[in-house]
Amino acid sequence: MSALGNDGVAARASDVWKVYGSGEAQVVALRGVNVELARGAFTAIMGPSGSGKSTLMHCLAGLDSVTRGEISIGDTQLTGLGDAGLTKLRRDRVGFIFQQFNLLPMLTARENILLPLSIAGRKPDRGWFDTVIDTVGLADRLSHRPSQLSGGQQQRVACARALVTKPEVVFADEPTGNLDSRSSAEVLGFLRSSVHESGQTIVMVTHDPAAAAYADRVVFLGDGQIVDELTDPTAETVLDIMKRLDTLLLVNAGELAGSDAGPVR
Amino acid sequence: MLRATLTSMLHRKLRLVLSGLAVVLGVMFVSGSLILTDTLSRSFDNLFAGVYADTDVQVHGEPKVAVDEFEGEQVPATMPADIVDRVADVPGVASAVGEVEADGARVIGSDGKVVTSFGPPRLGVNWGGQGGLIELRDGRGPSAPNEIAIDAALASNAGLSVGDQVGVLTLEPRQDFELVGTFGFTEDRDTIGGVQFVAFTDEVAQELMLGETGVWTAVDVKAAPGVSHEQLRDDLTAALGDGYQVRTGAELAEDASAGLRSGLAFFNNILLGFAGVALFVGIFLILNTFSIMVAQRTRELALTRAVGASRRQIVGSVLVEAVVIGLIAAGLGLAAGVGVGALLATLAGGFASLPTAGLAVPASAVISAFTVGVLVTVVAAGMPALRASRVPPVAAMQEAATPDRPLTRLSVAGTATLAAGGAMLALGLTGNAGGQELWAVLGGVLVCFVGAALLTPLIARPVVSLLGRLFSWSVPGKLGRLNSGRNPRRTAITAAALMVGVALVAGVGVILDSAKTSIGGLAEDAMDAELIISGEQTGPRPPSFDPDVLDRAAALPGVDTVAGLYGDQAEVDGQTGFVSAGTDLAAVRKMFGLTAESGTVDTLAPGQLVVDSRTAEDRGIAVGDRLPVQLSRGEPSTYQVVGVYEWLPIFGGFVLPPEATANFGIPQPDMGFVKLTEGTPADQVQPQVAALLADSPEVSVTDQNAFIEQQSSQLDSVLTMIQILLALAILIAVLGIINTLALSVLERTREIGLLRAVGLGRAATMRMITVEAVVIAVFGALLGVVVGSGLGAAVVGALGDEGITTLTLPWTQLATYLVLAGIVGVVAAVLPAIRAARTDVLTAIAYE
Ligand SMILES: Nc1ncnc2c1ncn2[C@@H]1O[C@H](COP(=O)(O)OP(=O)(O)OP(=O)(O)O)[C@@H](O)[C@H]1O
Ligand SMILES: [Mg+2]
Repeated sequence: MSALGNDGVAARASDVWKVYGSGEAQVVALRGVNVELARGAFTAIMGPSGSGKSTLMHCLAGLDSVTRGEISIGDTQLTGLGDAGLTKLRRDRVGFIFQQFNLLPMLTARENILLPLSIAGRKPDRGWFDTVIDTVGLADRLSHRPSQLSGGQQQRVACARALVTKPEVVFADEPTGNLDSRSSAEVLGFLRSSVHESGQTIVMVTHDPAAAAYADRVVFLGDGQIVDELTDPTAETVLDIMKRLDTLLLVNAGELAGSDAGPVR
Repeated sequence: MLRATLTSMLHRKLRLVLSGLAVVLGVMFVSGSLILTDTLSRSFDNLFAGVYADTDVQVHGEPKVAVDEFEGEQVPATMPADIVDRVADVPGVASAVGEVEADGARVIGSDGKVVTSFGPPRLGVNWGGQGGLIELRDGRGPSAPNEIAIDAALASNAGLSVGDQVGVLTLEPRQDFELVGTFGFTEDRDTIGGVQFVAFTDEVAQELMLGETGVWTAVDVKAAPGVSHEQLRDDLTAALGDGYQVRTGAELAEDASAGLRSGLAFFNNILLGFAGVALFVGIFLILNTFSIMVAQRTRELALTRAVGASRRQIVGSVLVEAVVIGLIAAGLGLAAGVGVGALLATLAGGFASLPTAGLAVPASAVISAFTVGVLVTVVAAGMPALRASRVPPVAAMQEAATPDRPLTRLSVAGTATLAAGGAMLALGLTGNAGGQELWAVLGGVLVCFVGAALLTPLIARPVVSLLGRLFSWSVPGKLGRLNSGRNPRRTAITAAALMVGVALVAGVGVILDSAKTSIGGLAEDAMDAELIISGEQTGPRPPSFDPDVLDRAAALPGVDTVAGLYGDQAEVDGQTGFVSAGTDLAAVRKMFGLTAESGTVDTLAPGQLVVDSRTAEDRGIAVGDRLPVQLSRGEPSTYQVVGVYEWLPIFGGFVLPPEATANFGIPQPDMGFVKLTEGTPADQVQPQVAALLADSPEVSVTDQNAFIEQQSSQLDSVLTMIQILLALAILIAVLGIINTLALSVLERTREIGLLRAVGLGRAATMRMITVEAVVIAVFGALLGVVVGSGLGAAVVGALGDEGITTLTLPWTQLATYLVLAGIVGVVAAVLPAIRAARTDVLTAIAYE
């Protein structure tokens, strides 16, 4: 991993804790996560189910608040931004791709793609719009409504929507979770090319080692902590680490469970 | 299955609250009306039981003309003074006292205005001394012809106290008296049901209230010890013979309140009619709620079917839900109705100075509350229940889709229903419904509403999208517009509920406005008098004025002709109805532009009359006929028909010669018309006529425009009344909008979450919901305005014969409804919008 200056960081989490509930029902989803996401890089977040991947991503994207610690997007500290500030941040500087239900059913594909821009009252950059549309290969589908598109096409529309605003970071939570391998490959290939050709920053949560292999770097979460990472991954290397982590976590299960009950430091 | 239904209801209790509320409000209206009228009617019973508590038996004469409660006032019969001795001679009579009691004693208050009454009579009586009900409060009873005593409540309303000089209008024009006493009633009451009492000495009371001395209207009889009231009544009846009404105190009380009760029953029916409208609107709301819930529960229902529930069980489960809601809502509605009814009864009692009877819940209120509540809910839930039963088990495995079912069948049904409603309406309006015209019209309107509601989904999409364009300048606006067009059925039902109320208000508005312009236009064209003397009638008795004023006005410089009109309830040829008399038929003819159809309508000699062409045709009367006429007073006599004039919407009926007015119930003109000479400005003569009217404060003189304005303002108050009574129906429709929006917001949680995630701010989210609400509300109001104008126009068309010839649309009024609907939409959106703005992005995007 190359040395990163401050301006090379698109988003950063410093000692982030996230606790859900209280008392008996208390769940510590993140326990002191430190991570820097490089600008112009495609980062994948992996880890077993319940390890806190979605939570971390929601916190990074300003969709959820942290219990302790700091999140920043670019130079902006997220803590202390009110709802209006966070809304504006999401609208102007962040893009999203969810696993499903990414599109509004009453809008056409074009309108869905342009939605964040219209909400912001900004004019789309014609050239960039065409580039995005070309890359996702939806030029002939723009006037269709989501119900007339396949699952893969819908996710590509969602990608286009996330990219058309040229956000500083795009967050994608299992964007290919509901897709077959061919559609997945289309979507992932598109995401990677937007990173390498347009310098886009993308953070993607995934379960799939093959999907993670599209990324430049993989961060592994285990029980709310960063436990490992990998640069220039391949499906095999990712799978290896995941197997290792599984056994590691099994071994440490007792210890970790013990610390669960205690208060957050 | 039952348990599953109930548990699942508990989970959706919030969604059920609003639809339940519609039933609660409707049932509240029904039971509130019943309790209000029941309480009032028991209050009247109590009142009269108290009034006649000390009365053993009273003797009255048979009234000359029996007048129906709603037509006008009945003039009491008089009996010659020797009746008292005849009664006293009957064995078993301890004492007999002659009494005078007649309506029409109007006191002029210290402000120079007549103390008005909104219903209770203003009785002129003879002073019979203290005792019985009467208790002197101040001063003494009248003992000289120029003295009077009045009841304490009247004295305080009029701002009068003992020693004041008081002007009183009676059968005679104003006369002044010295107020020598005020009196109250037993149990420390200042008034009895708001009735105004003016007590004169015997002769003065006879002269001024009955028109002749030496007559009584009643003989109050006390029974000798040991003689029962009933016995005495029978003895008196036998002794006096025909022509007298002999009744015990209990019977008098019953008769008096029976008269008022029939009025109350009528009032009650009107209230129930409006309650029916509110419930009808409630059906739409419930229908929508159940439909939406069934749609949202498609998977759940399919799963139930998949694990073996039969269709019947599904229908049953939805209907059980409806029955439970209906029962609970009816119970709450009944409770609220009891409260509202009692409150209104107390208010009405206070207004009418009527001590209200204690609270009681009549069985009719309980039965109708539960019947109506359950019926309405079950009827409304019927369709959704059927739809629920048609959910195939396989739907459990499919993505829950909102199927865009074709609207063809619905539209065909709607067109057919609308046509049927139109046909019923046409039959009713043209008088071809076999005597059931009113029901045909009301039923027709109802069926038309259902038809229009069925057609609404068809037009919802284009119209809503057109309306929505008004708001499409912003992204939230555009999204709101798109949302409101997404589910045409849902939008349509919601809007149709609002349509009903608005259509009724708009329809009545169109009819009244057309009536106003038509009659106003007619009056303007036909009435050839620059100045008109008239007053506002607030009770059963029309205001009247000194006939001398007419003569003196005629002598004013610049006055060409003057005519006065008198009215009476008379029995002509065996039928009771309104008759009039003019001071000068030629003048009346000229001023109203009457034309003779046959005979002559120029002059009337004593014993002659003219009649309008319609009455003549209806009753087969022709020139030359001799008709027996019994006026309110005097003996029957025969009149000869000398002319038939063409009926006018502003002038009709029998017209008698001026001599007849002496025997009218009110022997004073109630209207006067002044025609000026060419070139005399009206405002020059008006103050002079006004000066002549100084002693007739019930009336005033206005120019023609102001008069027409005055008449139309009465129609305006009718409209206001109807608007108030329809307010509840409209409120329920607004609840429907809130309900639909709330359910939609719930349904679209995920979408709203997504929008919030990609940067839609809270305010913008609220704006999106608000636009949707405004579009639905304005759409509903627009439908209402269109349907209402249509219905109104149909009625106006049918009323052409009655003189309503011009169709006028009250544009500003109609536009106001649209604007108000927009505001209502904004208000209705508040809660759902807040809810939408609070949508938690994370929960919204978390997949189940
Ligand atoms: N709203 C919440 N309330 C309570 N606990 C929560 C909430 N959201 C997440 N958690 C808990 O926090 C932990 C981390 O959850 P998170 O959704 O981040 O896991 P994940 O890594 O995304 O898992 P998966 O791969 O299954 O999506 C889990 O133990 C989860 O149960
Ligand atoms: Mg997750």
